[in-house]
Amino acid sequence: MAKAREVLFDPIFKNNPIALQVLGVCSALAVTSKLETVIVMSIALTFVTTFANGAVSLIRNHIPNAIRIIVQMTIIASLVIIVDQVLKAYAFQISKQLSVFVGLIITNCIVMGRTEAYAMKNGVFSSMLDGIGNGLGYSFILITVGVIRELLGSGKLLGYNIFHVATEGGWYIPNGLMLLAPSAFFIIGLIIWALRTWKTDQVEED
Amino acid sequence: MSNDSITKTLLVAALLCIVCSILVSSAAVGLKPIQEFNKQLDTKKNILMAAGLLEADTDIETAFKKINIKTVDIKTGEFVTGEQFNNFDQKKAAKDPNLSILIPGELDLGKIKRRSKYASVYLVKSGQEIETIILPIHGKGLWSTMYAFLALEGNTNVVKGLSFYDHGETPGLGGEVDNPFWKKQWIGKKIFSPDWSLAINILKGKVNPAKAEAIHQIDGLSGATLTTVGVNDLIKYWLGENGFNPLLKKLRKQGEENG
Repeated sequence: MAKAREVLFDPIFKNNPIALQVLGVCSALAVTSKLETVIVMSIALTFVTTFANGAVSLIRNHIPNAIRIIVQMTIIASLVIIVDQVLKAYAFQISKQLSVFVGLIITNCIVMGRTEAYAMKNGVFSSMLDGIGNGLGYSFILITVGVIRELLGSGKLLGYNIFHVATEGGWYIPNGLMLLAPSAFFIIGLIIWALRTWKTDQVEED
Repeated sequence: MSNDSITKTLLVAALLCIVCSILVSSAAVGLKPIQEFNKQLDTKKNILMAAGLLEADTDIETAFKKINIKTVDIKTGEFVTGEQFNNFDQKKAAKDPNLSILIPGELDLGKIKRRSKYASVYLVKSGQEIETIILPIHGKGLWSTMYAFLALEGNTNVVKGLSFYDHGETPGLGGEVDNPFWKKQWIGKKIFSPDWSLAINILKGKVNPAKAEAIHQIDGLSGATLTTVGVNDLIKYWLGENGFNPLLKKLRKQGEENG
């Protein structure tokens, strides 16, 4: 069981897909200006990595080498379309805000990266754990960035007022930069710095 | 059989495609009714919101019964009826060459290129008199096409509400077009000057309430100049001669005859 725990929790701090592997940064920039969309995006991605890893692992001994990337892609794309359809049916407002980004999970490098690097070589159970773990690692960074951006950028969390903003008669003047994509770069950079100060073995050698 | 033989490759590819396509199409078909329902509910909610009929505890379906849906020929301002106009879809029609017109570049303030010949407008009546006219409007902002409903009082001049329901502007900057505090400013503003020429205008910066024009002016959104220009232009297009002005004229005339 020790191995299962490693597979599940390592991607959160020790081998984080965004902070260490630096994958999936594009959506981390695009959807993190509001916490609500971040949470839905995190759930959607965790679902997709888990089941894509599971499905690829299940048929890994039958996938011809020549078309393995396309096979993985097809599985991932199908899962993403299903997630998108479910969101449109049951979380219409949020799916409107996420718009194309749900579809872009298909091209999210984390999903492909894990199916290719892990699920092709490991059993179904640990592949699915690896999927959940990487989903959690992605969610951890996204939620941290989302909290910082929404709080400083619009004085709110999940749409509830935390800081009373000046345009509505309060004291807080929102930081407009936080609402633009570059701020996510800065925050992710700071998180990577913090993580590598804590876990010095992540520092890359020159 | 070896994994890398041509037969196996084709077999795996074919089987995978079949399984995946069954999953995808059953999700799409199975969830379609709920998605359609959501979409309609969302439109209704936004119409009610523009008209100021939406309270926190309003049941959307009941409240929507008060609203008369009419399809109008935008050019003549006449209402049209007939089979083909039940559940008329303006977005679809704008793409259909038979149902839409090309807007000449210099007139195309909203930068929408084509527009449907017909539009669904929504009327709230009390007895014979029209209380509220709700018009669908849209146009380009900075990044996206913005869709909104604009509600006017029966005199076709005073704004009752504006509600953007679909846009992809930057959250916190241009996205503030759906901020309730900004939308509240529109209520009570006058679209036309006393000689019925278009006077509504969004300023860059704050409106000076002491000035006489303030009744036609709205504060711009700070940090979102291009979105603001877009809103300004699309409102001017849709309320102008090439937009709903013929309809508004007609409704005004009717109002005078009745009253």
